[in-house]
Amino acid sequence: MTAQLAVEAISTGEAWVFWTLGPLAVLAAIGMVVARNAVHSALFLVLVMLCLGVFYVVQSGPFIGLAQIIVYTGAIMMLFLFVLMLVGRDASDSLIEVLRGQRVAAILLGIGFAGLVATAFYRALQDVPAQGLQTANVPSNVHGIAALMFTRYIFAFEVTSALLITAATGAMILAHIERRRDQRQTQPERMRSRFAPGNYPGPKAGPGVYATSDSVATPARLPDGRHSERSVPQILPKRELTEAEAAPKGTASPFGRGAEYGGGSTVSRRSEYGGGAAGRPDDSAGNHVPAAPSVGQGGEGR
Amino acid sequence: MLALLAQSPTLAQGSTLLAQDPTLADFGRDPWWLILIKVVFAFIFGAIGTVLGVWFERRLVARMAVRPGPNQVGPFGLLQTLVDGIKGMLKEDLLPRASDKVVFFFAPTISAIFALTALSVIPFGPVVSIFGHQTPLQVTDVPVAVLVILACSAVGVYGIVLGGWASGSTYPLLGGLRSSAQVISYEVAMGLSIVAVFMVAGTMSTSQIVAAQASGARLSLFGWEPSWGYWPGWYALLLLPSFVIFVIAAFGETNRAPFDLPEAESELVAGYMTEYSSIKFLLYMLSEYVAMLTMSAATVTLFLGGWRAPWPISLWDGANSGWWPLLWFLGKVTLMLFLFVWVRATLPRLRYDQFMRFGWKVLLPVNLAWILLLAGGRVAWSGNVESGTRWLLVGGMAVTILLIGLLWPARKPEKQRSVAEQVAARPTGSFPVPPIDLVVPPSPRARRVVAERAPANVAIGSGESGESETATDGRGA
Repeated sequence: MTAQLAVEAISTGEAWVFWTLGPLAVLAAIGMVVARNAVHSALFLVLVMLCLGVFYVVQSGPFIGLAQIIVYTGAIMMLFLFVLMLVGRDASDSLIEVLRGQRVAAILLGIGFAGLVATAFYRALQDVPAQGLQTANVPSNVHGIAALMFTRYIFAFEVTSALLITAATGAMILAHIERRRDQRQTQPERMRSRFAPGNYPGPKAGPGVYATSDSVATPARLPDGRHSERSVPQILPKRELTEAEAAPKGTASPFGRGAEYGGGSTVSRRSEYGGGAAGRPDDSAGNHVPAAPSVGQGGEGR
Repeated sequence: MLALLAQSPTLAQGSTLLAQDPTLADFGRDPWWLILIKVVFAFIFGAIGTVLGVWFERRLVARMAVRPGPNQVGPFGLLQTLVDGIKGMLKEDLLPRASDKVVFFFAPTISAIFALTALSVIPFGPVVSIFGHQTPLQVTDVPVAVLVILACSAVGVYGIVLGGWASGSTYPLLGGLRSSAQVISYEVAMGLSIVAVFMVAGTMSTSQIVAAQASGARLSLFGWEPSWGYWPGWYALLLLPSFVIFVIAAFGETNRAPFDLPEAESELVAGYMTEYSSIKFLLYMLSEYVAMLTMSAATVTLFLGGWRAPWPISLWDGANSGWWPLLWFLGKVTLMLFLFVWVRATLPRLRYDQFMRFGWKVLLPVNLAWILLLAGGRVAWSGNVESGTRWLLVGGMAVTILLIGLLWPARKPEKQRSVAEQVAARPTGSFPVPPIDLVVPPSPRARRVVAERAPANVAIGSGESGESETATDGRGA
């Protein structure tokens, strides 16, 4: 077997590809085990699979190489990522050993398993004569694989596909929550209930934007002058704005910052909520300095 | 019916000598500088295609919306995209604090690289002479070239998914999740639709698929072969279901409207590219348009005869030789791009569950049934099956389909409620509706017209009418 393989010389390009991607694949495999973030692990595995795909192509197995990339990298790892992303970004593996001696046992068992597989392959393939690529890829790589798959190995493939379909169906049934037909809410029903009386279909009113305040805590006002409770997020704590916070910002004042000026106790409350021209405070600079609107007390009026 | 399918595609290569079809042996013999030229050409094709594609799309959508579109920079606004690109590149490159920095950086490049790589197996033309070298107008071809296109589009999605994840923010993550689910689903439909092409063409290499579409097989009706009768060569006509499914799946695979759910701006801000800015954002734009270009080119190659001239032009003997085919190819690709833009301007975005149901419950079963039919037909007409058995099989299949159609349980029609019943069934507090027997009053505007016109026929009222008219004119002025 080895003698026959040695006859076909390895081209320069093939050697280059191997010595570039081989170490990369090994590094990525180590990275996959070492990486603490699950998504990084998955990405390293993707890299390993891409390298494997290229190796297959280089070794005159273009179909298996491309199938490796499409099926494993493109579909299966994508599903892995799909699940990992749902777990969350910051989920990292903890390195605390729960079972004592687990790591040592894992390493020993891993080496043992590798040895077992290697021995089995060696013994099984010892006496198999190598056919060579010329014989295997007749008339082409794709035809050769198809001929084997649909004649000699058809039973194995059919059994495997039946197993996979059974597993997929079983997983689906286990995870499926069956709802009775009358309990199921269809899209038209959902739409109708949205517009049914008692439910307001439109978006909630935004918070009020006034000359004095554009805070999300400032409630919007209804046509009759009351505050709209719904326009202020319920999550905000109810508090009064300080005078400094309520003062107009960005207006230049000869006495310094507007906030400082407006912070005085001389501020009139007359201008509250658009008291009109009559409500203008009597400050010398002529600044319109309103009082603090109450926050988060919509619906109570003032 | 399916006599053509049994025949080998090599049968239909009478005119191929003239068309200078490349074979697989023609590839891999170019000197290094020629390979470089071809690679750079493919890259430039992608880049220029993006620049022109954005302009094309904006102009076309504008035209369909009765707007002028970009028309200020350069002739017909041609340079608008270029200027936008330069401006975009000069913008500040933001890196969100919550992002995964390495993945965030590499995600757009993954998208762009794999989108461009797929262009390398697209045949742009037949064998031409470049600086004295006879070489096919295609970077390279392998026996599984179509799978390379599929693999590139599958791996390119990693850019979108990883970009969404690495942004460390909710909307991009949702966009990335949608994209991954979407691509897996539509990749299956796309792969299955290509299977029909593989079966009929007997090859997976792009240049050979183009060669197989050169001319159709002879039409055969019960042994009678008329001299004028040929099956259509293009697989778009021959394998119409596959073509339709492939185009739909291509829309899903490239995240284009109506399947642009990963970047649905009304739901997810901008989806996976929300956090991206400057040149990384531009790379996403580039990869989206290059992917669109690649998919169009793949559609043309697989179903629309590739670089071969369409019918009226193909009557001219020199149409399929030299550099002319590049023109036909570009024309067909432009036509496909037009389809992409047209669909985007026409169809609203699908709801996510409808989109998934469409992929898994419509495209996939239809595709499988079609492939089964096709494979069955090929086997029946392959010559290994006797004529009597063949017709027995066809008859049995027809009877089975008919029986299934007849015995399929019909859905009970829902009882139609009258309007009165519907109104009576409304819960209290509903929005008030007018009574059903309401007679719609004539529009007050209509009455005014009548009032103004009526006196015109009466001698007494004419003066008054004239006054009111002048008054109206005066107001209008």
